[in-house]
Amino acid sequence: MTTVAEAPAPEAAPEPPVPLKKPRKRGRLTPYWLLLPGLLWLVVFFALPMLYQASTSVQTGSLEEGYKVTWHFATYWDALSNYWPQFLRSVLYAGVATILCLVLGYPLAYLIAFKAGRWRNLVLILVIAPFFTSFLIRTLAWKTILADSGPVVGALNSLHLLDVTSWLGMTEGDRVLATPLAVVCGLTYNFLPFMILPLYTSLERIDGRLHEAAGDLYARPITTFRRVTFPLSMPGVVSGTLLTFIPASGDYVNAQLLGSTSEKMVGNVIQSQFLTVLDYPTAAALSFILMAAILIMVTLYIRRSGTEDLV
Amino acid sequence: MRWLRKRLVVIAGLLTLAFLILPNIVVMVFSFNKPKGRFNYAWQEFSTHAWEDPCGVADLCGSLSLSLQIAVWATIGATALGTAIAFALARYRFRARGAVNSLIFLPMAMPEVVMAASLLTLFLNMGAQLGFWTILIAHIMFCLSFVVTAVKARVMSMDPRLEQAAQDLYAGPVQTFVRVTLPIAAPGIAAGALLAFALSFDDFIITNFNAGSTVTFPMYVWGSAQRGTPVQINVIGTAMFAIAVLLVLAGMVVTNRRKKQHS
Repeated sequence: MTTVAEAPAPEAAPEPPVPLKKPRKRGRLTPYWLLLPGLLWLVVFFALPMLYQASTSVQTGSLEEGYKVTWHFATYWDALSNYWPQFLRSVLYAGVATILCLVLGYPLAYLIAFKAGRWRNLVLILVIAPFFTSFLIRTLAWKTILADSGPVVGALNSLHLLDVTSWLGMTEGDRVLATPLAVVCGLTYNFLPFMILPLYTSLERIDGRLHEAAGDLYARPITTFRRVTFPLSMPGVVSGTLLTFIPASGDYVNAQLLGSTSEKMVGNVIQSQFLTVLDYPTAAALSFILMAAILIMVTLYIRRSGTEDLV
Repeated sequence: MRWLRKRLVVIAGLLTLAFLILPNIVVMVFSFNKPKGRFNYAWQEFSTHAWEDPCGVADLCGSLSLSLQIAVWATIGATALGTAIAFALARYRFRARGAVNSLIFLPMAMPEVVMAASLLTLFLNMGAQLGFWTILIAHIMFCLSFVVTAVKARVMSMDPRLEQAAQDLYAGPVQTFVRVTLPIAAPGIAAGALLAFALSFDDFIITNFNAGSTVTFPMYVWGSAQRGTPVQINVIGTAMFAIAVLLVLAGMVVTNRRKKQHS
Protein backbone atom coordinates (compact mmCIF):
# COMPACT_ATOMS: atom_id res chain seq x y z
CA MET A 1 0.00 0.00 0.00
CA THR A 2 2.79 2.44 -0.78
CA THR A 3 1.65 3.75 -4.15
CA VAL A 4 -0.43 6.38 -2.51
CA ALA A 5 1.76 9.39 -1.93
CA GLU A 6 2.63 10.04 1.66
CA ALA A 7 0.99 13.11 3.06
CA PRO A 8 3.42 15.67 4.40
CA ALA A 9 3.77 16.00 8.15
CA PRO A 10 1.15 18.32 9.68
CA GLU A 11 3.57 21.12 10.62
CA ALA A 12 5.05 21.19 7.12
CA ALA A 13 1.68 21.42 5.42
CA PRO A 14 1.91 24.20 2.85
CA GLU A 15 -1.23 24.85 0.84
CA PRO A 16 -4.15 22.43 0.84
CA PRO A 17 -5.31 20.60 -1.22
CA VAL A 18 -2.19 18.46 -1.23
CA PRO A 19 -1.30 17.42 -4.78
CA LEU A 20 -0.75 13.69 -5.09
CA LYS A 21 2.89 12.91 -5.72
CA LYS A 22 3.77 10.69 -8.62
CA PRO A 23 4.14 7.09 -7.44
CA ARG A 24 7.76 6.28 -6.85
CA LYS A 25 9.53 3.36 -8.48
CA ARG A 26 9.08 1.23 -5.35
CA GLY A 27 5.36 1.96 -5.53
CA ARG A 28 5.05 0.77 -9.11
CA LEU A 29 6.36 -2.62 -8.07
CA THR A 30 3.82 -2.97 -5.25
CA PRO A 31 1.25 -5.01 -7.23
CA TYR A 32 3.96 -7.46 -8.23
CA TRP A 33 5.10 -7.92 -4.65
CA LEU A 34 1.50 -8.50 -3.60
CA LEU A 35 0.99 -11.08 -6.35
CA LEU A 36 4.30 -12.89 -5.99
CA PRO A 37 3.70 -15.35 -3.13
CA GLY A 38 0.19 -16.40 -4.14
CA LEU A 39 0.98 -16.72 -7.83
CA LEU A 40 4.14 -18.65 -7.06
CA TRP A 41 1.98 -21.08 -5.09
CA LEU A 42 -0.44 -21.50 -7.99
CA VAL A 43 2.33 -21.88 -10.55
CA VAL A 44 4.24 -24.47 -8.53
CA PHE A 45 1.27 -26.45 -7.21
CA PHE A 46 -1.30 -25.98 -9.98
CA ALA A 47 0.33 -25.14 -13.34
CA LEU A 48 3.52 -27.16 -12.94
CA PRO A 49 1.61 -30.33 -11.89
CA MET A 50 -0.43 -30.05 -15.09
CA LEU A 51 2.82 -30.09 -17.08
CA TYR A 52 4.08 -33.07 -15.11
CA GLN A 53 0.85 -34.85 -15.81
CA ALA A 54 1.10 -34.05 -19.51
CA SER A 55 4.55 -35.56 -19.59
CA THR A 56 3.42 -38.59 -17.57
CA SER A 57 0.66 -39.29 -20.06
CA VAL A 58 3.17 -39.84 -22.90
CA GLN A 59 5.56 -41.99 -20.87
CA THR A 60 6.03 -45.73 -21.07
CA GLY A 61 7.68 -48.13 -18.69
CA SER A 62 6.76 -49.87 -15.52
CA LEU A 63 6.67 -49.07 -11.85
CA GLU A 64 9.72 -51.25 -11.17
CA GLU A 65 11.94 -50.04 -14.00
CA GLY A 66 10.78 -46.46 -14.00
CA TYR A 67 8.99 -44.40 -16.63
CA LYS A 68 10.51 -42.58 -19.60
CA VAL A 69 9.02 -40.00 -21.92
CA THR A 70 8.64 -41.83 -25.24
CA TRP A 71 5.89 -39.67 -26.78
CA HIS A 72 3.69 -42.72 -26.70
CA PHE A 73 0.41 -41.07 -27.69
CA ALA A 74 -1.24 -44.47 -28.10
CA THR A 75 -1.97 -44.36 -24.37
CA TYR A 76 -4.64 -41.77 -25.15
CA TRP A 77 -6.18 -44.01 -27.79
CA ASP A 78 -6.11 -47.06 -25.51
CA ALA A 79 -7.59 -45.12 -22.61
CA LEU A 80 -10.38 -43.78 -24.78
CA SER A 81 -11.22 -47.13 -26.38
CA ASN A 82 -11.14 -48.95 -23.04
CA TYR A 83 -13.04 -46.44 -20.99
CA TRP A 84 -15.43 -44.67 -23.37
CA PRO A 85 -18.49 -46.14 -21.59
CA GLN A 86 -17.37 -44.50 -18.33
CA PHE A 87 -16.77 -41.19 -20.12
CA LEU A 88 -20.18 -41.35 -21.74
CA ARG A 89 -21.80 -42.27 -18.44
CA SER A 90 -20.10 -39.36 -16.64
CA VAL A 91 -21.31 -36.84 -19.20
CA LEU A 92 -24.79 -38.35 -19.18
CA TYR A 93 -25.17 -38.52 -15.39
CA ALA A 94 -23.68 -35.05 -14.89
CA GLY A 95 -25.92 -33.67 -17.64
CA VAL A 96 -29.09 -35.20 -16.19
CA ALA A 97 -28.12 -34.06 -12.67
CA THR A 98 -27.49 -30.52 -13.97
CA ILE A 99 -30.91 -30.37 -15.65
CA LEU A 100 -32.57 -31.74 -12.50
CA CYS A 101 -30.69 -29.16 -10.39
CA LEU A 102 -31.97 -26.40 -12.68
CA VAL A 103 -35.55 -27.65 -12.56
CA LEU A 104 -35.49 -28.17 -8.78
CA GLY A 105 -33.35 -25.16 -7.95
CA TYR A 106 -35.12 -22.50 -10.00
CA PRO A 107 -38.37 -22.42 -7.96
CA LEU A 108 -36.43 -22.26 -4.70
CA ALA A 109 -34.16 -19.44 -5.96
CA TYR A 110 -37.27 -17.64 -7.23
CA LEU A 111 -38.96 -18.16 -3.88
CA ILE A 112 -36.01 -16.67 -1.98
CA ALA A 113 -35.64 -13.73 -4.37
CA PHE A 114 -39.28 -12.67 -4.73
CA LYS A 115 -41.65 -14.48 -2.37
CA ALA A 116 -39.83 -15.09 0.91
CA GLY A 117 -40.17 -11.54 2.28
CA ARG A 118 -38.94 -11.44 5.85
CA TRP A 119 -38.22 -15.18 5.76
CA ARG A 120 -35.56 -14.64 3.10
CA ASN A 121 -32.53 -14.87 5.42
CA LEU A 122 -33.89 -17.94 7.16
CA VAL A 123 -34.48 -19.79 3.88
CA LEU A 124 -31.00 -18.80 2.68
CA ILE A 125 -29.53 -20.21 5.88
CA LEU A 126 -31.47 -23.44 5.36
CA VAL A 127 -29.98 -23.71 1.86
CA ILE A 128 -26.41 -23.19 3.09
CA ALA A 129 -26.63 -24.95 6.47
CA PRO A 130 -26.60 -28.57 5.16
CA PHE A 131 -23.08 -27.75 3.89
CA PHE A 132 -21.80 -27.77 7.43
CA THR A 133 -22.37 -31.47 7.84
CA SER A 134 -19.63 -33.22 5.91
CA PHE A 135 -20.91 -34.05 2.41
CA LEU A 136 -19.77 -37.66 2.81
CA ILE A 137 -21.97 -38.09 5.88
CA ARG A 138 -24.93 -36.61 4.01
CA THR A 139 -24.30 -38.83 1.00
CA LEU A 140 -24.23 -41.86 3.29
CA ALA A 141 -27.60 -40.73 4.66
CA TRP A 142 -29.02 -41.31 1.16
CA LYS A 143 -28.17 -44.98 1.64
CA THR A 144 -30.73 -45.03 4.43
CA ILE A 145 -33.30 -43.01 2.49
CA LEU A 146 -33.04 -45.09 -0.67
CA ALA A 147 -32.65 -48.42 1.14
CA ASP A 148 -34.46 -51.47 -0.27
CA SER A 149 -37.12 -51.53 2.43
CA GLY A 150 -37.07 -47.76 2.82
CA PRO A 151 -39.78 -45.17 2.17
CA VAL A 152 -38.64 -44.11 -1.32
CA VAL A 153 -38.66 -47.63 -2.73
CA GLY A 154 -42.03 -48.26 -1.05
CA ALA A 155 -43.57 -45.11 -2.49
CA LEU A 156 -42.21 -45.71 -5.98
CA ASN A 157 -43.42 -49.28 -5.82
CA SER A 158 -46.94 -48.46 -4.75
CA LEU A 159 -47.17 -45.86 -7.54
CA HIS A 160 -45.80 -48.50 -9.97
CA LEU A 161 -43.11 -46.01 -10.91
CA LEU A 162 -40.32 -48.53 -10.45
CA ASP A 163 -41.58 -50.37 -13.54
CA VAL A 164 -41.26 -47.14 -15.49
CA THR A 165 -37.78 -46.36 -14.19
CA SER A 166 -36.49 -49.87 -14.78
CA TRP A 167 -37.95 -49.77 -18.31
CA LEU A 168 -35.93 -46.56 -18.76
CA GLY A 169 -32.84 -48.36 -17.46
CA MET A 170 -32.67 -46.12 -14.40
CA THR A 171 -33.31 -48.87 -11.84
CA GLU A 172 -33.04 -52.63 -11.67
CA GLY A 173 -35.72 -54.85 -10.20
CA ASP A 174 -37.13 -53.73 -6.88
CA ARG A 175 -34.29 -51.55 -5.73
CA VAL A 176 -33.09 -48.01 -6.15
CA LEU A 177 -29.77 -48.25 -4.32
CA ALA A 178 -26.86 -49.34 -6.55
CA THR A 179 -28.65 -48.16 -9.70
CA PRO A 180 -28.14 -45.14 -11.98
CA LEU A 181 -31.13 -43.45 -10.36
CA ALA A 182 -29.39 -43.42 -6.98
CA VAL A 183 -26.19 -41.97 -8.45
CA VAL A 184 -28.06 -39.23 -10.31
CA CYS A 185 -30.06 -38.49 -7.14
CA GLY A 186 -26.85 -38.17 -5.12
CA LEU A 187 -25.22 -35.92 -7.74
CA THR A 188 -28.32 -33.72 -7.94
CA TYR A 189 -28.45 -33.43 -4.17
CA ASN A 190 -24.75 -32.70 -3.72
CA PHE A 191 -24.51 -29.96 -6.33
CA LEU A 192 -27.95 -28.35 -5.92
CA PRO A 193 -26.73 -25.45 -3.74
CA PHE A 194 -24.18 -24.55 -6.44
CA MET A 195 -27.15 -24.03 -8.76
CA ILE A 196 -29.41 -22.22 -6.30
CA LEU A 197 -26.95 -19.57 -5.12
CA PRO A 198 -25.96 -18.11 -8.54
CA LEU A 199 -29.61 -18.28 -9.66
CA TYR A 200 -30.65 -16.39 -6.55
CA THR A 201 -28.00 -13.67 -7.03
CA SER A 202 -29.03 -13.02 -10.62
CA LEU A 203 -32.77 -13.13 -9.83
CA GLU A 204 -32.31 -10.76 -6.92
CA ARG A 205 -30.74 -8.15 -9.20
CA ILE A 206 -33.85 -7.99 -11.41
CA ASP A 207 -35.71 -4.72 -10.98
CA GLY A 208 -39.18 -5.49 -9.61
CA ARG A 209 -40.64 -2.66 -11.73
CA LEU A 210 -39.98 -4.75 -14.84
CA HIS A 211 -42.50 -7.28 -13.57
CA GLU A 212 -45.02 -4.53 -12.94
CA ALA A 213 -44.39 -3.12 -16.41
CA ALA A 214 -44.98 -6.54 -17.97
CA GLY A 215 -48.21 -6.84 -15.97
CA ASP A 216 -49.30 -3.37 -17.08
CA LEU A 217 -48.82 -4.48 -20.65
CA TYR A 218 -51.23 -7.37 -20.02
CA ALA A 219 -48.58 -10.11 -19.97
CA ARG A 220 -49.80 -13.19 -18.15
CA PRO A 221 -47.50 -14.45 -15.34
CA ILE A 222 -46.22 -17.23 -17.61
CA THR A 223 -45.41 -14.76 -20.38
CA THR A 224 -43.70 -12.43 -17.91
CA PHE A 225 -41.57 -15.30 -16.75
CA ARG A 226 -40.75 -16.47 -20.28
CA ARG A 227 -40.03 -13.07 -21.78
CA VAL A 228 -38.68 -11.05 -18.83
CA THR A 229 -37.58 -13.00 -15.76
CA PHE A 230 -35.93 -16.02 -17.37
CA PRO A 231 -33.86 -14.10 -19.97
CA LEU A 232 -32.66 -11.71 -17.25
CA SER A 233 -31.61 -14.64 -15.05
CA MET A 234 -29.47 -16.18 -17.83
CA PRO A 235 -26.12 -15.25 -16.21
CA GLY A 236 -27.23 -17.20 -13.14
CA VAL A 237 -28.42 -20.13 -15.25
CA VAL A 238 -25.11 -20.30 -17.12
CA SER A 239 -22.85 -20.05 -14.07
CA GLY A 240 -25.13 -22.39 -12.11
CA THR A 241 -25.08 -25.08 -14.79
CA LEU A 242 -21.29 -24.80 -15.10
CA LEU A 243 -20.82 -24.98 -11.32
CA THR A 244 -22.92 -28.17 -11.25
CA PHE A 245 -21.83 -29.88 -14.45
CA ILE A 246 -18.05 -29.55 -14.10
CA PRO A 247 -17.66 -31.01 -10.60
CA ALA A 248 -20.41 -33.58 -11.21
CA SER A 249 -18.65 -34.99 -14.28
CA GLY A 250 -15.44 -35.53 -12.34
CA ASP A 251 -17.06 -36.84 -9.17
CA TYR A 252 -16.48 -40.39 -8.03
CA VAL A 253 -17.90 -40.29 -4.51
CA ASN A 254 -21.59 -40.64 -5.46
CA ALA A 255 -20.94 -43.41 -7.97
CA GLN A 256 -18.90 -45.28 -5.36
CA LEU A 257 -21.26 -44.88 -2.40
CA LEU A 258 -24.65 -45.03 -4.11
CA GLY A 259 -23.96 -46.87 -7.37
CA SER A 260 -22.85 -50.38 -8.17
CA THR A 261 -19.50 -51.52 -9.54
CA SER A 262 -20.98 -51.65 -13.04
CA GLU A 263 -21.99 -47.99 -12.85
CA LYS A 264 -18.50 -46.50 -12.61
CA MET A 265 -17.90 -42.97 -13.79
CA VAL A 266 -14.64 -41.69 -15.24
CA GLY A 267 -13.64 -40.26 -11.86
CA ASN A 268 -13.72 -43.76 -10.37
CA VAL A 269 -11.47 -45.03 -13.17
CA ILE A 270 -8.95 -42.22 -12.71
CA GLN A 271 -8.95 -42.79 -8.96
CA SER A 272 -8.39 -46.54 -9.18
CA GLN A 273 -5.78 -46.26 -11.97
CA PHE A 274 -3.85 -43.75 -9.87
CA LEU A 275 -4.23 -45.15 -6.38
CA THR A 276 -4.80 -48.90 -6.82
CA VAL A 277 -3.56 -50.07 -10.23
CA LEU A 278 -0.69 -47.54 -10.23
CA ASP A 279 -0.80 -47.24 -14.04
CA TYR A 280 0.19 -43.57 -14.08
CA PRO A 281 0.35 -42.95 -17.86
CA THR A 282 -3.19 -44.26 -18.41
CA ALA A 283 -4.50 -42.33 -15.41
CA ALA A 284 -2.83 -39.12 -16.58
CA ALA A 285 -4.16 -39.58 -20.13
CA LEU A 286 -7.67 -40.19 -18.77
CA SER A 287 -7.67 -37.08 -16.66
CA PHE A 288 -6.38 -35.02 -19.62
CA ILE A 289 -9.14 -36.36 -21.86
CA LEU A 290 -11.68 -35.46 -19.16
CA MET A 291 -10.25 -31.96 -18.86
CA ALA A 292 -10.22 -31.44 -22.62
CA ALA A 293 -13.78 -32.76 -22.99
CA ILE A 294 -15.02 -30.40 -20.30
CA LEU A 295 -13.15 -27.42 -21.75
CA ILE A 296 -14.64 -28.05 -25.19
CA MET A 297 -18.18 -28.53 -23.90
CA VAL A 298 -17.98 -25.48 -21.65
CA THR A 299 -16.63 -23.24 -24.43
CA LEU A 300 -19.34 -24.36 -26.86
CA TYR A 301 -21.99 -23.87 -24.20
CA ILE A 302 -20.82 -20.38 -23.28
CA ARG A 303 -20.66 -19.42 -26.97
CA ARG A 304 -24.20 -20.66 -27.55
CA SER A 305 -25.68 -19.01 -24.52
CA GLY A 306 -24.06 -15.76 -25.58
CA THR A 307 -22.62 -14.74 -22.25
CA GLU A 308 -18.92 -14.79 -23.03
CA ASP A 309 -18.19 -11.98 -20.62
CA LEU A 310 -18.98 -14.37 -17.79
CA VAL A 311 -15.74 -16.29 -17.78
CA MET B 1 -57.11 -25.45 -8.59
CA ARG B 2 -56.55 -21.70 -8.84
CA TRP B 3 -55.26 -21.64 -5.29
CA LEU B 4 -52.76 -24.36 -6.18
CA ARG B 5 -51.67 -22.66 -9.39
CA LYS B 6 -51.01 -19.38 -7.59
CA ARG B 7 -48.81 -21.09 -5.05
CA LEU B 8 -47.09 -23.55 -7.37
CA VAL B 9 -43.71 -21.78 -7.17
CA VAL B 10 -43.78 -21.62 -3.38
CA ILE B 11 -44.75 -25.27 -3.05
CA ALA B 12 -42.09 -26.41 -5.54
CA GLY B 13 -39.49 -24.27 -3.77
CA LEU B 14 -40.36 -25.66 -0.36
CA LEU B 15 -40.21 -29.22 -1.73
CA THR B 16 -36.68 -28.54 -2.98
CA LEU B 17 -35.79 -27.14 0.41
CA ALA B 18 -37.10 -30.33 2.02
CA PHE B 19 -34.98 -32.38 -0.43
CA LEU B 20 -31.93 -30.38 0.68
CA ILE B 21 -32.55 -30.80 4.39
CA LEU B 22 -33.84 -34.38 4.42
CA PRO B 23 -30.37 -36.03 4.73
CA ASN B 24 -29.50 -33.75 7.65
CA ILE B 25 -32.64 -34.87 9.44
CA VAL B 26 -31.79 -38.51 8.74
CA VAL B 27 -28.26 -37.95 10.09
CA MET B 28 -29.73 -36.38 13.22
CA VAL B 29 -32.31 -39.13 13.81
CA PHE B 30 -29.78 -41.91 13.25
CA SER B 31 -27.38 -40.35 15.76
CA PHE B 32 -29.82 -41.75 18.36
CA ASN B 33 -29.85 -45.21 16.82
CA LYS B 34 -28.43 -48.37 18.33
CA PRO B 35 -27.42 -50.38 15.24
CA LYS B 36 -27.15 -54.15 15.38
CA GLY B 37 -24.43 -54.74 12.81
CA ARG B 38 -21.45 -52.68 11.76
CA PHE B 39 -23.54 -50.36 9.59
CA ASN B 40 -25.88 -47.63 10.74
CA TYR B 41 -28.30 -47.62 7.79
CA ALA B 42 -31.42 -49.19 9.35
CA TRP B 43 -33.30 -48.05 12.44
CA GLN B 44 -33.09 -50.43 15.40
CA GLU B 45 -33.77 -48.75 18.73
CA PHE B 46 -33.39 -45.43 20.51
CA SER B 47 -30.18 -44.85 22.42
CA THR B 48 -28.03 -41.91 23.46
CA HIS B 49 -24.85 -43.93 23.88
CA ALA B 50 -23.10 -42.26 20.93
CA TRP B 51 -23.84 -38.79 22.28
CA GLU B 52 -22.44 -39.74 25.69
CA ASP B 53 -19.16 -40.89 24.20
CA PRO B 54 -18.52 -39.20 20.84
CA CYS B 55 -14.82 -40.09 20.89
CA GLY B 56 -15.49 -43.71 21.84
CA VAL B 57 -14.42 -45.03 18.44
CA ALA B 58 -10.75 -45.48 17.67
CA ASP B 59 -9.15 -42.79 15.45
CA LEU B 60 -12.38 -40.84 14.92
CA CYS B 61 -11.53 -37.83 17.08
CA GLY B 62 -7.88 -37.99 16.01
CA SER B 63 -8.91 -37.60 12.38
CA LEU B 64 -11.31 -34.82 13.38
CA SER B 65 -8.61 -32.83 15.15
CA LEU B 66 -6.22 -33.39 12.23
CA SER B 67 -8.85 -32.02 9.83
CA LEU B 68 -9.38 -29.00 12.07
CA GLN B 69 -5.63 -28.33 12.24
CA ILE B 70 -5.26 -28.57 8.48
CA ALA B 71 -8.31 -26.38 7.93
CA VAL B 72 -6.95 -23.69 10.29
CA TRP B 73 -3.53 -23.58 8.63
CA ALA B 74 -5.00 -23.77 5.12
CA THR B 75 -7.35 -20.89 5.99
CA ILE B 76 -4.49 -18.75 7.31
CA GLY B 77 -2.29 -19.50 4.31
CA ALA B 78 -4.96 -19.11 1.63
CA THR B 79 -6.40 -15.95 3.21
CA ALA B 80 -3.00 -14.25 3.46
CA LEU B 81 -1.93 -15.13 -0.08
CA GLY B 82 -5.40 -14.58 -1.55
CA THR B 83 -6.02 -11.21 0.08
CA ALA B 84 -2.72 -9.88 -1.29
CA ILE B 85 -3.62 -11.04 -4.81
CA ALA B 86 -7.13 -9.60 -4.50
CA PHE B 87 -5.76 -6.17 -3.52
CA ALA B 88 -3.28 -6.21 -6.39
CA LEU B 89 -6.04 -7.13 -8.88
CA ALA B 90 -8.61 -4.70 -7.55
CA ARG B 91 -6.33 -1.70 -7.00
CA TYR B 92 -3.63 -1.71 -9.62
CA ARG B 93 -3.44 -1.73 -13.38
CA PHE B 94 -0.43 -3.74 -14.49
CA ARG B 95 0.65 -5.91 -17.37
CA ALA B 96 -0.41 -9.58 -17.41
CA ARG B 97 -3.56 -8.79 -15.47
CA GLY B 98 -5.59 -10.98 -17.82
CA ALA B 99 -3.18 -13.89 -17.45
CA VAL B 100 -3.30 -13.58 -13.66
CA ASN B 101 -7.09 -13.55 -13.75
CA SER B 102 -7.18 -16.77 -15.77
CA LEU B 103 -4.68 -18.46 -13.48
CA ILE B 104 -6.99 -17.60 -10.56
CA PHE B 105 -10.09 -18.78 -12.42
CA LEU B 106 -8.77 -22.12 -13.72
CA PRO B 107 -8.57 -24.04 -10.39
CA MET B 108 -12.23 -23.25 -9.77
CA ALA B 109 -13.25 -24.49 -13.24
CA MET B 110 -11.27 -27.73 -13.12
CA PRO B 111 -12.79 -31.02 -11.93
CA GLU B 112 -11.20 -31.78 -8.58
CA VAL B 113 -10.05 -35.21 -9.67
CA VAL B 114 -7.88 -33.68 -12.43
CA MET B 115 -6.17 -31.29 -10.00
CA ALA B 116 -5.77 -34.04 -7.43
CA ALA B 117 -4.18 -36.41 -9.93
CA SER B 118 -1.80 -33.83 -11.37
CA LEU B 119 -0.64 -32.72 -7.94
CA LEU B 120 0.04 -36.34 -7.06
CA THR B 121 2.22 -36.74 -10.19
CA LEU B 122 4.22 -33.71 -9.06
CA PHE B 123 4.70 -35.09 -5.55
CA LEU B 124 5.63 -38.53 -6.89
CA ASN B 125 8.15 -37.00 -9.29
CA MET B 126 9.70 -34.95 -6.52
CA GLY B 127 9.73 -37.97 -4.23
CA ALA B 128 7.82 -36.03 -1.59
CA GLN B 129 6.60 -37.83 1.51
CA LEU B 130 2.77 -37.80 1.34
CA GLY B 131 1.07 -36.66 4.53
CA PHE B 132 0.28 -33.55 6.54
CA TRP B 133 2.40 -31.17 4.44
CA THR B 134 1.23 -32.38 1.04
CA ILE B 135 -2.40 -32.12 2.20
CA LEU B 136 -1.78 -28.60 3.48
CA ILE B 137 -0.08 -27.53 0.23
CA ALA B 138 -2.99 -28.91 -1.80
CA HIS B 139 -5.62 -27.27 0.39
CA ILE B 140 -3.97 -23.83 0.24
CA MET B 141 -3.79 -24.24 -3.55
CA PHE B 142 -7.48 -24.91 -4.15
CA CYS B 143 -8.78 -22.51 -1.47
CA LEU B 144 -6.70 -19.62 -2.82
CA SER B 145 -8.91 -18.80 -5.82
CA PHE B 146 -12.06 -18.71 -3.70
CA VAL B 147 -10.49 -16.26 -1.24
CA VAL B 148 -9.32 -14.02 -4.10
CA THR B 149 -12.83 -13.95 -5.59
CA ALA B 150 -14.50 -13.12 -2.25
CA VAL B 151 -12.03 -10.38 -1.25
CA LYS B 152 -11.85 -8.88 -4.74
CA ALA B 153 -15.62 -8.43 -4.91
CA ARG B 154 -15.55 -6.48 -1.66
CA VAL B 155 -12.53 -4.30 -2.49
CA MET B 156 -13.91 -3.48 -5.96
CA SER B 157 -17.16 -2.17 -4.49
CA MET B 158 -15.29 0.04 -2.03
CA ASP B 159 -15.47 3.82 -2.49
CA PRO B 160 -11.92 5.08 -3.23
CA ARG B 161 -12.88 8.52 -1.95
CA LEU B 162 -12.88 7.17 1.61
CA GLU B 163 -9.16 6.55 1.42
CA GLN B 164 -8.56 9.89 -0.26
CA ALA B 165 -10.49 11.51 2.56
CA ALA B 166 -8.27 9.76 5.11
CA GLN B 167 -5.23 11.12 3.34
CA ASP B 168 -6.67 14.59 3.17
CA LEU B 169 -6.93 14.29 6.93
CA TYR B 170 -3.18 13.57 7.03
CA ALA B 171 -3.32 9.84 7.67
CA GLY B 172 -0.15 8.10 6.55
CA PRO B 173 -0.34 5.14 4.19
CA VAL B 174 -0.08 2.64 7.04
CA GLN B 175 -2.68 4.47 9.10
CA THR B 176 -5.02 4.71 6.10
CA PHE B 177 -4.66 1.03 5.47
CA VAL B 178 -5.18 -0.09 9.06
CA ARG B 179 -7.96 2.33 10.00
CA VAL B 180 -9.87 2.72 6.72
CA THR B 181 -9.05 0.13 4.08
CA LEU B 182 -8.82 -2.95 6.28
CA PRO B 183 -12.09 -2.41 8.22
CA ILE B 184 -13.99 -1.90 4.96
CA ALA B 185 -12.41 -4.99 3.34
CA ALA B 186 -12.85 -7.10 6.50
CA PRO B 187 -16.25 -8.65 5.64
CA GLY B 188 -14.85 -9.84 2.29
CA ILE B 189 -11.74 -11.24 3.96
CA ALA B 190 -13.89 -12.95 6.60
CA ALA B 191 -16.16 -14.45 3.94
CA GLY B 192 -13.11 -15.72 2.04
CA ALA B 193 -11.59 -17.19 5.19
CA LEU B 194 -14.85 -18.93 6.18
CA LEU B 195 -15.19 -20.37 2.70
CA ALA B 196 -11.59 -21.60 2.77
CA PHE B 197 -12.14 -23.22 6.16
CA ALA B 198 -15.31 -24.98 5.03
CA LEU B 199 -13.76 -26.14 1.74
CA SER B 200 -10.63 -27.44 3.41
CA PHE B 201 -12.43 -29.15 6.27
CA ASP B 202 -14.83 -30.95 3.94
CA ASP B 203 -12.49 -31.78 1.08
CA PHE B 204 -12.26 -35.41 0.18
CA ILE B 205 -11.22 -35.90 -3.46
CA ILE B 206 -7.96 -33.90 -3.42
CA THR B 207 -7.05 -35.17 0.06
CA ASN B 208 -7.72 -38.77 -0.97
CA PHE B 209 -5.03 -38.49 -3.66
CA ASN B 210 -2.40 -36.60 -1.68
CA ALA B 211 -2.72 -37.87 1.88
CA GLY B 212 -0.69 -41.06 1.71
CA SER B 213 -1.59 -42.99 4.84
CA THR B 214 -2.69 -39.89 6.79
CA VAL B 215 -6.41 -39.99 7.65
CA THR B 216 -8.46 -36.78 7.78
CA PHE B 217 -12.06 -36.73 8.95
CA PRO B 218 -13.66 -37.02 5.47
CA MET B 219 -11.26 -39.89 4.74
CA TYR B 220 -12.30 -41.57 7.97
CA VAL B 221 -15.95 -41.31 6.92
CA TRP B 222 -15.06 -42.69 3.48
CA GLY B 223 -13.25 -45.63 5.03
CA SER B 224 -16.12 -46.27 7.42
CA ALA B 225 -18.49 -46.64 4.46
CA GLN B 226 -16.55 -49.81 3.65
CA ARG B 227 -15.66 -51.04 7.14
CA GLY B 228 -18.79 -50.08 9.03
CA THR B 229 -20.12 -46.70 10.11
CA PRO B 230 -20.11 -45.92 13.84
CA VAL B 231 -23.05 -43.86 15.14
CA GLN B 232 -20.51 -41.31 16.39
CA ILE B 233 -20.13 -40.08 12.80
CA ASN B 234 -23.78 -39.03 12.86
CA VAL B 235 -23.25 -37.34 16.23
CA ILE B 236 -20.41 -35.26 14.83
CA GLY B 237 -22.37 -34.45 11.67
CA THR B 238 -25.35 -33.31 13.75
CA ALA B 239 -23.16 -31.27 16.09
CA MET B 240 -21.47 -29.50 13.16
CA PHE B 241 -24.86 -28.65 11.67
CA ALA B 242 -26.25 -27.40 14.99
CA ILE B 243 -23.19 -25.29 15.82
CA ALA B 244 -23.22 -23.68 12.37
CA VAL B 245 -26.93 -22.84 12.51
CA LEU B 246 -26.58 -21.40 16.04
CA LEU B 247 -23.59 -19.27 15.02
CA VAL B 248 -25.43 -17.90 11.99
CA LEU B 249 -28.56 -17.15 14.03
CA ALA B 250 -26.46 -15.41 16.71
CA GLY B 251 -24.80 -13.35 13.98
CA MET B 252 -28.21 -12.35 12.64
CA VAL B 253 -29.41 -11.26 16.08
CA VAL B 254 -26.28 -9.15 16.61
CA THR B 255 -26.56 -7.38 13.23
CA ASN B 256 -30.28 -6.77 13.78
CA ARG B 257 -29.55 -5.15 17.13
CA ARG B 258 -26.86 -2.96 15.65
CA LYS B 259 -29.21 -1.87 12.90
CA LYS B 260 -31.82 -0.93 15.49
CA GLN B 261 -29.26 1.02 17.50
CA HIS B 262 -28.22 2.96 14.42
CA SER B 263 -31.72 3.87 13.33
